[in-house]
Amino acid sequence: MSREPDPRPGAESGERGPAAGAEALRAEVREEVRRELAADEPRPADSSSTVELRDVWLAFGDHEVLRGISFVVHRGETLCVLGGSGVGKSTVLRLILRLLTPDRGEVLIEGRDIAAVSHDDVLELRERMGMVFQGSALFDSLSVFDNVAFPLYEHTRLDEEAIVHRVREVLSFVDLDPDEVLELLPAELSGGMRKRVAIARAIVHEPPILLFDEPTSGLDPITTRTIDDLILKLRRELDVCAVVVTHDIKSASRIATETALLRDGHIIFKGTPEEMFATEESYVQAFLG
Amino acid sequence: MAQASASRSAARLTRDVLLGAALSVQEYFALLVRLVRGCFTRPFYRRDVIQQMDTVGVASLFIVVLTGLFTGMVLALQSAVEMKQFGATMYIGRLVGASTIRELGPVLTALMVTGRAGSGMAATLGAMKVTEQVDALRTMGVDPIRKLVVPRFLAAVIMLPILTVIADLIAILGGLVIALLKLDLTADLYMRSVYTTLADSGFVLRYIPVDLIQGLVKPIVFGALMALTSCFYGLRTTGGTEGVGRATTQAVVTTSVLVLATDYFLTQIVIVLFVE
Repeated sequence: MSREPDPRPGAESGERGPAAGAEALRAEVREEVRRELAADEPRPADSSSTVELRDVWLAFGDHEVLRGISFVVHRGETLCVLGGSGVGKSTVLRLILRLLTPDRGEVLIEGRDIAAVSHDDVLELRERMGMVFQGSALFDSLSVFDNVAFPLYEHTRLDEEAIVHRVREVLSFVDLDPDEVLELLPAELSGGMRKRVAIARAIVHEPPILLFDEPTSGLDPITTRTIDDLILKLRRELDVCAVVVTHDIKSASRIATETALLRDGHIIFKGTPEEMFATEESYVQAFLG
Repeated sequence: MAQASASRSAARLTRDVLLGAALSVQEYFALLVRLVRGCFTRPFYRRDVIQQMDTVGVASLFIVVLTGLFTGMVLALQSAVEMKQFGATMYIGRLVGASTIRELGPVLTALMVTGRAGSGMAATLGAMKVTEQVDALRTMGVDPIRKLVVPRFLAAVIMLPILTVIADLIAILGGLVIALLKLDLTADLYMRSVYTTLADSGFVLRYIPVDLIQGLVKPIVFGALMALTSCFYGLRTTGGTEGVGRATTQAVVTTSVLVLATDYFLTQIVIVLFVE
């Protein structure tokens, strides 16, 4: 069986050592993942404004949690939603994922109102998002490999070899040694490692939208810094649109391109971290301590 | 004045309890509808079904065998005490066969499997719910009903009749052991007696004994009830680890009551359709 000349850089010059070969294979797998996912989902015309909330209201019984929230997050931007405990920060993420639907207003994902689409379409739309939960939410009964590979098994028809390569690649991306962690169960990991595995699982199928619920809560300062660096790396290298819910000011100032401070169901401040630190608004100052 | 206020709050409490119960029933049937839809639409998680068949069926085999063995033995032993007075010990096989195949086999197997596998279903799904793993599935574009509930439902519906047949056979063998060792009956006489009871129940389509149909339809229904109820309580778990414990208890108790109540109605239906 004849083979066509390899068009990859270094292939003909004989530079293809093990590292170059692995890199080429990784690029191939990445491209294959992208093709597999894109095959099922027609992209909307305007995908630049990836997440948008328009005058969103939500109440649980008599308690109004959100009162007219609005914001837009584009690709390559990170919005940090700040606020005290119980102000509805995580609710914002649940609305974006349509785990909840607003009483009033619109939640637009890549231009589509997520409340208006059918149940099956929601499942498809969610494939374009990755979520990192506060408690990581890794599947207890599955190994690290199976956890990270889960979205690929679910939504692609990649062969086993390609999946293994992609999982190893993404674990390396989050600074974990695949050989060390691949076969471990979530219970055998430290808090920081669990968080990184959760991030790996969220990005393995390269979704354009990433959502983080308190990604650094309960972590020591060094691990917090590592997670922050990872979020920055995701924006820099994958150009994702990220919404991060946190009450960690230090972390937010490091990773956010924009911040929104929630109070009593309203966004009382919206701006860059620098603007947030510069504002004289009394509650913002009190919140910043 | 105070009396009027007390009666008002009692009325409100009653209304809330009734509304809550009605809502639960509505959610139960909504889950059933989504479950049925999930059984006939893609994606279908074949590997999960097989894995659950192992959990529900193979892992429950030992307790089912023990239950069948001791049930058959104790039935033979107890009835021998009464039947000896009338010199009717030769009919022990009839009694053990009829009561096991019609009632005790399906019901006891369902109760044992509920205690073992049903509680496991509720606890697993409950733990997944409170640790946001169910939400994680949703966020990955996976329908938790198709991924978690449908495989458990199908596994229970397939495995419970098989376990019941095994329990029936073991119970009949248990009765045989007592007949041979304590009652001095021959194996041939005992087994003929068991066969007679099957033949006397009548046949459907000329060859299938009515008792056998009854003994196989019941575990299918019980399996469906067990999986549905256990998953229902598992998926509505709230309140951390304490909530998981509460959901597990509720699942086992409710399924057990439903099995016993449904058994009565199924028996009534079989009698009306085939016996009368």
